[in-house]
Amino acid sequence: MRDVEQQSSEVTVFLDRLAERNASRGTEPTWIAARRQAGAARFEALGFPTRRDEAWKYTDVRAIARGNFALTDSAAFSPASAAALTLPIEAYRLTFVDGVFAPALSDLGNLPSGVAVLPLSQALAENHEAVGGPLGRLTGVEFSPFSALNTAFMEEGAVVRLAPGSIVEKPIVLQFLSRANDTPVMSHPRILIEAGGRSQATLIEHHVGESEAANFTNLVAELMLDRGAILTHYKLQEAPLGDLHVASIHVEQNRDSRYTSFNLNLGGGLVRNDLISELNGQGAEANFYGLFYGQGRQHIDNHTLANHNAPLTFSNENYKGILDDRARGVFNGKVVVKRDSQKIEGFQSNANLLLSDRAEIDAKPELEIYADDVKCSHGTTTGQLDEEAVFVLRTRGIDEQTARGLLTLAFAGEVMEQVSLDAIAERVELAVAGKLPERFNLAGLVEAAMALHDE
Amino acid sequence: MATQEMEQLVRREYKEGFVTDIESDTVPPGLDESVIAFISNKKGEPEWMLEWRLKAYHQWLKMTPPSWAHLDYPSIDYQAISYYSAPKRPEDRPQSLDEVDPKLLETYEKLGIPLHERAALAGVAVDAVFDSVSVTTTFKEKLHEAGVIFCSISEAIRDYPELIKQYLGTVVPVADNYFAALNSAVFTDGSFVFVPKGVTCPMELSTYFRINAANTGQFERTLIICEEGAQVSYLEGCTAPMRDENQLHAAVVELVALDDAYIKYSTVQNWYPGDEDGKGGIYNFVTKRGDCRGDRSRISWTQVETGSAITWKYPSCVLRGKDSIGEFYSVAVTNGRQQADTGTKMIHIGEGTRSYIVSKGISAGRSNQSYRGLVKIGPRAKGARNFTQCDSLLIGDQCGAHTFPYQEIGNSTATIEHEATTSKIGEDQLFYCQSRGISEEDAVSMIVNGFCKDVFQELPMEFAVEAEALLNVTLEGAVG
Repeated sequence: MRDVEQQSSEVTVFLDRLAERNASRGTEPTWIAARRQAGAARFEALGFPTRRDEAWKYTDVRAIARGNFALTDSAAFSPASAAALTLPIEAYRLTFVDGVFAPALSDLGNLPSGVAVLPLSQALAENHEAVGGPLGRLTGVEFSPFSALNTAFMEEGAVVRLAPGSIVEKPIVLQFLSRANDTPVMSHPRILIEAGGRSQATLIEHHVGESEAANFTNLVAELMLDRGAILTHYKLQEAPLGDLHVASIHVEQNRDSRYTSFNLNLGGGLVRNDLISELNGQGAEANFYGLFYGQGRQHIDNHTLANHNAPLTFSNENYKGILDDRARGVFNGKVVVKRDSQKIEGFQSNANLLLSDRAEIDAKPELEIYADDVKCSHGTTTGQLDEEAVFVLRTRGIDEQTARGLLTLAFAGEVMEQVSLDAIAERVELAVAGKLPERFNLAGLVEAAMALHDE
Repeated sequence: MATQEMEQLVRREYKEGFVTDIESDTVPPGLDESVIAFISNKKGEPEWMLEWRLKAYHQWLKMTPPSWAHLDYPSIDYQAISYYSAPKRPEDRPQSLDEVDPKLLETYEKLGIPLHERAALAGVAVDAVFDSVSVTTTFKEKLHEAGVIFCSISEAIRDYPELIKQYLGTVVPVADNYFAALNSAVFTDGSFVFVPKGVTCPMELSTYFRINAANTGQFERTLIICEEGAQVSYLEGCTAPMRDENQLHAAVVELVALDDAYIKYSTVQNWYPGDEDGKGGIYNFVTKRGDCRGDRSRISWTQVETGSAITWKYPSCVLRGKDSIGEFYSVAVTNGRQQADTGTKMIHIGEGTRSYIVSKGISAGRSNQSYRGLVKIGPRAKGARNFTQCDSLLIGDQCGAHTFPYQEIGNSTATIEHEATTSKIGEDQLFYCQSRGISEEDAVSMIVNGFCKDVFQELPMEFAVEAEALLNVTLEGAVG
């Protein structure tokens, strides 16, 4: 009984916060108010998930449920530290500080015609009906307690619209900065991407912040790819170790579209990602690449789902995890093939490396198949470095620890090879090298890497 | 393959339905303490056993049926089931093979079952089966000489209470799950095997079992104990279609292996799968678990599952002892409207423990099949290893094949590999065979048998042969 009371009091804290917010907010279009209400009602009914819920079996969200998070209206952030945190890459950029839009840190100069990149608040002010249609179409309040919570609180976020045939050369960066606040803050960003037929773009979702920060981000992204659209989506998670992050990314793919996701998890104390692609048209292709590196007491949970709703659709997944100290990783990949979705291909691969005896990985690669003419496979391995590879490097005069360090880097390299943006690939590779335990003889490692490079 | 022909074959009916006889010595449907007391009394059990059953019953009352499995069936009314019926009297049974449904005999013929066993399998009154009594006696003498105890669980409770007290419910606790709790409260049949230190059981316990215990109960309880260095191979069920009046089956099997012991447990299950709408088939909710308690012990599960409307079954190994080994080999075939959610759990606790999982699923018709497995590596399981291979073969576009493997790994020295594939029989494979003059039917059967070879190899010789035949009979309707 105590549990039930505890849970309802946790929910009440969030609902009270919502009521305060609603009271202070001006009048809104009725559809938004109605959705907020539906989100709140759903959240109240569901409560926070517990370990008894299958989808949350390995992830304990009590740190979120029991946190008393405030809401903020301030986008103040020191320009110097913002500059240090920002990806050094030429891009269109929207910056949010604890979920609040920061125009001073954003840059939308010279957007090509037919391309709109704007904060959600502005999109709502300009034409709320154009937002109301697609918003919530993919991720409703039913999806999870967190999507319900997001719907109840949503205020800010990003809207990207690509007209048919438009090609955006420079990446679009959505930067989420987490600030060290006196009291922890929560934000519920909402991302809406509508990629028209044959449009092409690269989206970088970058989560980063001040090292002392300990905020809660609850993000919902809805990505709609029309016929032949090509979207590459990087999610670079470098949030401070005190941050709590829950996100659901829902993609809808029309005929011949291609969605490629790079889910690169380096930071965050508790991170949970739900990545779902609905392959609705023939020829649609989804690629899910992921890398997670956990240290200390980090907890990183990645759930992916490829829904093959149409024949001749393809999904390909490769997730790699490295876990050290007492970090815990969760990988749950699922491929679902609907009845009559013939001639589909779904591949899934997950490999994990445990560097410490107290680290833990929970993997669950699932297949659910209702059609017979399909090629589906999944493989998952967890283990150590190949001893023979270590030996080969040693015969080349590289000491054992360095060899192990190099091979660990190479393990992550398999995913990083797919990254076509050098700025991101280098940043992540360096970060991984920097995270490797000292016993891997980092100094020697860099020397060796350079020696190998020179050969 | 001509679709029409296929549909026609898929719709072919199962050869043996139910026999409904009303027995006189049956308790009215429903379950309460008095029914449990009745069962316990009927079995002549001591007081402590009744208490044990009642404890399980009270646990069961507090539990709810599991709903996580990928199965769809109407909820079961546990108060509508009769929990005890006396064994059939000889005069109610068919008096000779002439009275047995010729179609059933035809199936036996196809499976190549020896003549003298057919009568027993068909439920012909034991007295009418000459020869079997003497055979049994010979077996008993041989086992006795070796010091192996092999008897029904009820006998064991009466004759070896110390062993029962020491081991019963230690592998599958009464509150383990809904069906295990129910079984603990009401079990009536089952076997008890005890192999003392250093003894290798002189025969496969299957042979004896097949002749004597063809009438298996609804709530079976099996307990097998192998002391240090002992070995035993046990086969449950049989390839021939089983006739049974009870729709719900909830068995519990417990295996205990001490240091250096080896238990090989093979199952061939071919219960009635229901009619073409899936009505009337057996529900099979089984809890099977082996405990590798001793160092270097080994437990091997092999199963061929072709029957039942619903299968809910996860033979597991708890690898407690240092360097102990757990194995799981499974072929599951579903056709018609059958549903199977089956797999295994390998819990690695001790150092250097190893497990090996090979699961082959074949779904045809409108059936659905899931592999659900757990590999858990505890923090103390240094150098633990697991290899898992689960493959699914789909025949027809109305069936489903799913895999839900769970891996929980908490030790950095562990090596875990999991592979799964899902495919159908390739047109090119069929074409290749046909171009060599092999008929389509033979080609399919060849490919399917090849697909299952890794598992059949693990079956005791005579059953491997029968299992292949069984597979062909089961899929007869599906692939033409």
